[in-house]
Amino acid sequence: MAAKSILPDFRITPTIDQVGIEERVARFTTRSIKKESKMQGLKMILNMIDLTTLEGKDTEGKVKQMCYKAVHMHDVIPDLPTVAAVCVYPSMVKTAKESLIGSGVKVASVSTAFPSGQSTHEIKILDTKFALENGADEIDMVISRGEFLKGNYNFVFDEIAAIKDVCGKARLKVIFETGELSTLDNVRKASDIAMYAGADFIKTSTGKISPAATMPVTLVMLEAIRDYYYATNRMVGMKPAGGISTSKLAMQYLVMLRETLGGAWLSNEWFRFGASSLANDVLMQIAKQTTGVYQSSDYFSKD
Amino acid sequence: MSRLEIQKTYKIFIGGQFPRTESGRYYPLKNKKNEVIANMCLSSRKDFRNAVVAARSAFGGWSEKSAFNRSQILYRIAEMLEGRKEQFIAELLLQGISAAAAKEEVTLSIDRLVYYAGWCDKYQALFSSVNPVASSHFNFSVPEPTGVVAIISSEESSLLGLVTSIAPVIAGGNTCVVLASESKPLCAITFSEVLNTSDLSAGVVNILTGNSAELHSHFSSHMDVNSLLYYRKNKNEIKTIKENAALNVKRVHIYDKIILNSEKAQSPYFIFDNQEIKTTWHPVENIGSSKGGY
Repeated sequence: MAAKSILPDFRITPTIDQVGIEERVARFTTRSIKKESKMQGLKMILNMIDLTTLEGKDTEGKVKQMCYKAVHMHDVIPDLPTVAAVCVYPSMVKTAKESLIGSGVKVASVSTAFPSGQSTHEIKILDTKFALENGADEIDMVISRGEFLKGNYNFVFDEIAAIKDVCGKARLKVIFETGELSTLDNVRKASDIAMYAGADFIKTSTGKISPAATMPVTLVMLEAIRDYYYATNRMVGMKPAGGISTSKLAMQYLVMLRETLGGAWLSNEWFRFGASSLANDVLMQIAKQTTGVYQSSDYFSKD
Repeated sequence: MSRLEIQKTYKIFIGGQFPRTESGRYYPLKNKKNEVIANMCLSSRKDFRNAVVAARSAFGGWSEKSAFNRSQILYRIAEMLEGRKEQFIAELLLQGISAAAAKEEVTLSIDRLVYYAGWCDKYQALFSSVNPVASSHFNFSVPEPTGVVAIISSEESSLLGLVTSIAPVIAGGNTCVVLASESKPLCAITFSEVLNTSDLSAGVVNILTGNSAELHSHFSSHMDVNSLLYYRKNKNEIKTIKENAALNVKRVHIYDKIILNSEKAQSPYFIFDNQEIKTTWHPVENIGSSKGGY
């Protein structure tokens, strides 16, 4: 890849003006989006969701049920899009793949000893291969935060590059777990490292640690994607995950995406929401728009 | 030097906080001399929606509290109200009520809270039953709270109407969203401060000020509201409420004939109005002296 031959010096990635980021983010929350554009936005959000279940108590039954929901979001309302993908543990990839045959919904698998990433290089490679052999279309890997915070950036870079090699055609999402990176400067640095190492998507969080995705962190990552695009002409996707549970908030993320990266990123090829409860809130909002009546979660399937 | 008096800003009460209405609309409240005494929030349907979300998320915790603990909290509300009696009397006077009537209204409100505090752990025994059945089952029915209750409280009364409508609802383990009197709203917001310092979890009671003509259709159509109580007399509103309530078969109770300061305005049956009966069939080997059936 041409990009790798012109690696920047990661010690001098731009520092982030936290106050500036927060003020910029505050602006995104003031946009008024109503009626048809709201409806279009809601459907777009739905279509960008990676419907996720990543729990120790996951079973094949639970995964099958979620996959059914991924395709039949709320059959009472016609012409709803499906979600973009389902996101599961490697052991559940096979079940998910079988349940989603012919639906167009992709299967994403977490890997590299998710969520902590505390394992050996060999195991992380095997973990990824196992998911791919079972049919995963996308791999969500975690970076080694410990090594990153130690300043061992080469280790982090090489690990991402190695997983990318294993992935082949499958798209690679790189999770930073921004809640553990402490500063926005670190988030920016991790973004640069991941993109130059070959990430197709950069992703905020595992959803296991609070704070998960926040708007300031996402904005820093979007700006990193923009700068990377200017430098290399390669588009990289963005996936905020965890903590986005209302349509209103999701809509503000779309505004931020549109005003930072432009219209080209406004599809599920380049932007995803990692969420489980967001889908129902979006459905309730769509139902509110079509019926004119505020909805209750009693009438929407739990996934 | 003369001192400028610090005027109180009357806001609304949602999820244990005192936000202004999201709509940014206000209406002036005037006294008999036509002087403005306060600007009240003219709540919108979105304020109502936010309040229902708060009430729904508070429902689990409140309904699972032990009945005795709910009783303690209701009693605590009465204690807090007693301590601030003078403030409420002053507000009632400001809203054009005579001194004697104001005093009566406040003391009755306190007593009514104590009355329902007492009922918190007793109505279950009154409304439960063990049912005779013909199979080998121990069959019993118990009341459980309905859920989120929307209340359009009395227009004529500032405090007593509010207490009369809220107390039986929360005594029964429900959470609620209340529209206060439009013409006498002051006590409702001050009462929110009392609620907020009485160990009542955030969101159990949410109080809005505003216009019933504008809000009653939203109160009655919201799918996440399980029951609606209406304490006013407007025939058209009653009709719309009944029609809209059919959407999710809400319970509707119209208390248009209630006389607030009478004994009849308080009764365990007002608690029962917002209870659902759950019947359980528990298999047993023997019923009375008969042999086991399975």
